[in-house]
Formats: sequence, C-alpha cells, structure tokens
Amino acid sequence: MLGEGIAKGLIETARNFLGSYVNKDRLTTVQYPEQRLPQAEATRDFPFLVYDGEDWQAGLRCVGCQICEKECPPKCIFIEKSTDKKPDAVGKPQFYPAVFNIDISVCMSCQICVEVCPFDAIKMDTAFELSTVDRFGGLLWDKARLAKPNQHYHHVHPTEAAEVDGRLAEERAKADAKAKAAAEAKTSAPPPAAPPAAPPANSGVSSTS
Amino acid sequence: MNLEEIKSTLEAAIPGCSPQIVTNGSPSGQHSLLLDREHAFVAAMFLRDDPTLCLDYCSNVTGLDWLDTETSEKVKVTQLVDGVEKEVDEVRKTRTPGYLEAVYHLYSMQKKHGPLVVRLRTENRTDSVHLPSFTPIWRSAEFQEREVFDLFGIIFDGHPDLRRILMWDEFEDHPMRKDYVEPDDYEYEPTPHDAVLKKALEHRNRISTPDGQGA
Amino acid sequence: MSTSMEASTPAAHQGFADATMIDHESDLLQISLGPHHPSTHGVFRMDVVLDGERVVKLKPVFGYLHRNHEKIAESTTYLASIPYTDRLDYMCSLSNNWAYALSVEKLAGLQVPERAEYIRVIAAELTRLQNHASTIGFLMQEMGASGTPLMYAFREREKILDLFEALTGSRMMCNYMRFGGCRVDLPAGWLDQARKTVDEYPRFLDEFESLLASNEILLARTQGVGVLPPKLAIQGGVTGPILRASGVNYDIRKVDRYGIYERFDFKVPLGEHGDVYDRYMIRMLEMRESLKILDQALHQITPGPIIDPKAKIRGFRPKPGEAYGRIESPKGELGFYLISDGTPNPYRYRVRPPSLINLTVLEDMCLGSSLADTVVIFGTIDIVLGEVDR
Ligand code: SF4
Ligand code: SF4
Repeated sequence: MLGEGIAKGLIETARNFLGSYVNKDRLTTVQYPEQRLPQAEATRDFPFLVYDGEDWQAGLRCVGCQICEKECPPKCIFIEKSTDKKPDAVGKPQFYPAVFNIDISVCMSCQICVEVCPFDAIKMDTAFELSTVDRFGGLLWDKARLAKPNQHYHHVHPTEAAEVDGRLAEERAKADAKAKAAAEAKTSAPPPAAPPAAPPANSGVSSTS
Repeated sequence: MNLEEIKSTLEAAIPGCSPQIVTNGSPSGQHSLLLDREHAFVAAMFLRDDPTLCLDYCSNVTGLDWLDTETSEKVKVTQLVDGVEKEVDEVRKTRTPGYLEAVYHLYSMQKKHGPLVVRLRTENRTDSVHLPSFTPIWRSAEFQEREVFDLFGIIFDGHPDLRRILMWDEFEDHPMRKDYVEPDDYEYEPTPHDAVLKKALEHRNRISTPDGQGA
Repeated sequence: MSTSMEASTPAAHQGFADATMIDHESDLLQISLGPHHPSTHGVFRMDVVLDGERVVKLKPVFGYLHRNHEKIAESTTYLASIPYTDRLDYMCSLSNNWAYALSVEKLAGLQVPERAEYIRVIAAELTRLQNHASTIGFLMQEMGASGTPLMYAFREREKILDLFEALTGSRMMCNYMRFGGCRVDLPAGWLDQARKTVDEYPRFLDEFESLLASNEILLARTQGVGVLPPKLAIQGGVTGPILRASGVNYDIRKVDRYGIYERFDFKVPLGEHGDVYDRYMIRMLEMRESLKILDQALHQITPGPIIDPKAKIRGFRPKPGEAYGRIESPKGELGFYLISDGTPNPYRYRVRPPSLINLTVLEDMCLGSSLADTVVIFGTIDIVLGEVDR
C-alpha cells in the first residue's frame, strides 16, 4: 500500500520522541554549560610543563633539550636554552629553558611532544575552554602559563601519572645507587672517575603516554 | 606472472618495446617496470587486454621529480708533463640530467592480482616533459594525471582535458618539484616565532624600500 | 547557487576548457553549484550545464582546500606525518593512520604484534560503522529528510567517538597508530564498553531500516537513479561501497588480506543495479558485516605487546626503497606510496585518495538526470574534501 513505508518511519520517529520522556537513554542531548559530561582519562588538548615540588621555577623537569621543538609537526614550540645550569628537583645541576613558548593557536594537540620527551617533562592537559579576545598574545603561552604541578598531572591523568612517577622514582633510585657505588669505588681506588649519572634515555619504544 | 615474464611477454608481443626492470631496495619487494616512451601506450594497452594479465584497474598514478645529480670521481690520466709521460689525478664531474617520472600502480580486479608498478620517464626536467597519457586506457588516470601535470609539470599527450586541478588556473610553476621556491607574496598575519614571521618581515622590508621590486 | 547565462564571466567559465561550445542562444543554462553550497559537503564546486532540468555536462572543480599535504609530509619526518593523515579524511582518521602505518611497515619491514593487529581491526571497523551511518544520514538530508535520520546517525556516532576518545585521547584527530603497532594499550574497561556499543548497534540499524528502507519517497528518489555500470566503475578506478554496489566483487580486506582479516568470517555485500538505492543499501549491509567482524575481534583479542620492539619513534630512517600500501577505508581504496632515500624525511609521499578518484565517474552518473538528482548522486559517492584536495 502506498504510504505504508512512510507511516512506518513516522511511527519510529514518534517512538523516539515519546520515548525520550520515559527512557533516559533516548534523551541524549546535554545542556552544555550547566551540565557537563565526564571526560575520558586519555583526553588531551594542549600541552603543559610538569614541575615537582612547590616552586615552579626550581622544579621544572624540562631541561631545554629542544627535542620536542624539533619533532613538533607544525613547529609551534619555541625554546631558548639557558647558558647556565640550575639544580633540578633532586639537586642535580641541569640546563633549563630560558624561554619556552607554545603557540596554541597553531598546536594541533597531537601529543608528539609528549611522546618524544625523554624527561617526562611535558604532558597533555584537558582544559578546553580557552577562548580569548587576544589572538596573538593570548594564545602564545609562555613558561609561567605552561607550568603546572605534578599534582595537576595526577589529577587529569591519574593512571598515567602514577606510572610515570613510579618509573622516575626507580630511575632515580638506580642513579643514586650508581652514584653511591661510584663514590665508594672512588674512596677505595681514586681513578678512574665515575661516569656521571646518565639521564633516563629514551628508548623510543615504550611510549611515555 | 612475475616481472621477468611480463617483460619477455611484452618484448615478444610488441616489436621494438624494451622494458627494463627497476629494482627496489626496500623489504616491500615491489619492483617496477620501466617502459620506453614510444611504446608505452601500446604496451599499457597490452597489459590491460592480455587475458592472463588483465590489469583492468589502474589504482594509483603519481609523479616523481629527480633532480640533476652531479657526481665527481677521481680518475688517473696519463699526461705529458715536461716531456715525460706521467699519471696525473684528475677530478671528473659527471652530470646526470634529472628527469620527471610518472608511476602507475596497476591491479587486476578480475583476477585479483597486483600490483604491477609501471614507470615512465621524461627526457629531462625542463623543456621535454612529454609522456603519453594513459587516460584513454584507464579512465581512473584522468584526475590523477591532471594532478601530476599540475604539481609536477609533466605534459600528458593524449589526455582529453589537461588542466590544472588543485592549483588555480593562473598559477605558474609546479609546487611538488623539488626545486620549487615559494613565491614571496605573504599577505596573512604571521604567527609568533615562526619562519613565516621572518619571511614576512623580509617581505615587508622589501616592499617598503623605494627601489624594492615588490612595491 | 549562482546562475549565469554568460560563459564569459571568469568565475563561471573556469571549469570549461571549451566554453565556446556553449550556445548562448539556446536554452542551455550554466550553473555553478557551490563551492559554498550545503549539498557539497565542504568547498566543492560543480559546473553544471542544464538543458531545462536535465544535466548535459558536469565538471567538478576542486582545490579550495588544497594545502599540499604531500609537500608538507616530504619536508617533515615520518612520525610527524601521522597527525596530518588524520586530517585527510577527517571522518575516518583511524583508517588513515592504518594505511600510512601499513605502508611504512612495508617500506621498513616491520612486524606488527598480534594484539596491535586486533586493535587496528577494531578501530577500523568502528570507523567504518560511524562513517557509513553518517553518510547515509547526510544522503537523506540531501533528499530532503532534514534532521531526523542524520541526528539518529549522529547519536550512534557519538557513542563510537566516545570509545575513540577513551582509547586515543581525541574524538576525531586520533593520531593513534605507530609504525609497527599502536601508541598505547587499551585502557581498563574499554573492551567491555566496546562490546556493549557493538551489541547495541544492531538495534539502531533495525530502527534506521524501519525508518527508511521502505519509505516510498526514498524509493522513488533512489531506484534507477545514477546508475553506474560495472564496466565503467572498473574503468574509472572506483573503489569501496560504490564499486560493490555495481556488483563488482572487490574488497581489499578480502583481496589483500592485510592485517589479520583472513581470520574473520564476513561477507562482502554486492549490489545488482548500481543505482543510488544499491549504494545506500550496501552501506547498511556493510555495517552489519562490520559488526560481525567486531564481534569476533572483541572476543578473540588476547593480551600481549602492542608495538614491534624494532620500531623507533625518533630517528626513524628506513632503507632506500619504495612501497605502496593500501587498505579498504570506508570510502574506498586508500593507499600511500612512499619512497625513502635513507634520510629521516620521505623522498616522496603520495596519498591515493579514494574520494578524488571516485569523482571521476560523477559526470557519467549524472548525465541526463535532473539537477535535484545530481545532488543525491553526489551524496552517495561519499567524499570528504580534506582528502580530495589534500
Ligand atoms: S623534550 Fe622535554 S625536556 Fe626536552 S625541551 Fe621538550 S619538554 Fe623540555
Ligand atoms: S601537541 Fe603536537 S602540535 Fe602541540 S606542541 Fe605538542 S607536538 Fe606540537
């Protein structure tokens, strides 16, 4: 019969429409600013720099090695390496980035900087309401704006952060043990000089994210 | 049929056709067949219509740009020096002219085999850049050959509608060539810390100086 | 839509090499459809010549979104191109990732661990589900069913995008696969969530079918419209659901058996008439087959490593050589042709875009049909301009 198919379709529409009054599953729209959906743990948008401890200047994990600057596909990271060294969170003298800017109007949230960083210094944030009226200044984030404490990392990506912390602690313990052994060897037999504790090398295989 | 057999079949079927096998060093093992320009069209027709090959589907057409290469090698030459014959080292430069290349990946939908990689080379990169078009054989080459013409500048003889496809009609030059230089016509706002910023500044300086060419 | 009777205006005549052919005295009307037209799925233009309501000539014009993706990829490393492949066909970023990763694996001879292969199949089939659902939604939109089917499709797509977000961190620009495997392992509970989504999906398909399949207006608008004969389809290099709707049995998942597709039991639906209705129906049936694959994959997957230990993220330099790898993306055959010269950047990087090549036969399908049907025929080709223009 002509019109039967149309009627069938209309019944389906009506079922959905009326169903939305009784069945929560059918009511899919969320009233956004007032009502928010939970974010997935893996969610990413723009990078931030992790620091340990209280002082962001002292605790920044980034050593200014500029690997992320080179690997970033749209080249939106700008780093100037320092000329002097500063003690890092565990007191080892390290270079630090004198300037670290990310132009988030260019950044495409690809997470490649996070993957290539050998020091677990840069991670992805989940904040997304970042609109601004200043197109150039407001979207060029400097070191101060990018630095966020490790607690923040734990807050946005708990599983990942716990894994990273575990790995870092292990590496530090290893480095300490090595330094200790080297120091003991030094006292018993002066030469040869102990090799400096190597920074955790990026094997490139296990992704850090 | 492997590549050797295809080669000999082609040689037998088309008098004068001399395809060469181009080997490929990667683990993919996709070696290719280089056809000469004169017989390429007939050979391609044969590849499509031969009942055992039956390569009825031309999947991918693309261009390649190989720049002129210069290799220098040291050779020993005997020369008359002060009346005595001596062996002297001489640096000889050999210039291999570059060429443009069109690559076709052929499959058979009927027999479900492939790919056969077919290559064609132009004489050089500048004035003699003509290749026979395969569009009359495989329609799927139509847009792709236009794209190769647009981006690499290979002229396909026999293409029904050879126009620019991705760039606008007034555009000159061929952007996918390896020696392509970006035109100095920055209009947009640069982003901070970008190479574009430097270029835009240079550009602005050039057009603001009275004797600048851009003004 | 802008109409122009004069072929001499530059904008209107650009698409025709032989604009002089058009007889100004006759009733032929030249129309530039697009580039900003709701039916063109982005910035795409068709130069159409009409005789009354009938199309006598149609030339697609594109390039408005051209950014020379290939050049960008040739001036950057192999790794840095992966996020750019997301932006080709932005509906199906995971399929694009896979095609690129597959080609690089061929080029460098990398092995993919079993778990990673399963994850890839799951990701690609989920992508196919959401792509086909929204394609049908858009098609109905173009036929005048504004809203309802599209919104139903998007409601389901949302569930799949949520899965993508939980796995990759991003809903559309996934940037997930790596050479020799995948970036991260599945998060806890992801498989259960995916199984739940896959189990619920047939309900949506049934609903979609009773909403549309026997609708008389749909039948009248689609049956016998835009017929593509199988011979022309092969000749024109058409791939994907459009090819199979014309009755040609060519599915790269079956032909090349890339990845681990030989382990799954699924069928390749084929059409009979090659018209718009068949192309719509093929997509419905392919979704059901994808669900079968997903069901098997989600139950067979076992724990294990997810990336080849030989694969390097930084300083990746394949040996000189070339490779062409291709997959059956939801739109058709998506291939990447790569040439390495031993440096960190590819010497040549070429995308074989199914969307662009499927457009080759657009004119043949549209000749003689009315302008309103042209829009519908165009809708069944299912293109994404990010991929057409690159
Ligand atoms: S790679 Fe890591 S440590 Fe190096 S500059 Fe970037 S953020 Fe800093
Ligand atoms: S997320 Fe990607 S684009 Fe953004 S800064 Fe990191 S590497 Fe660059």
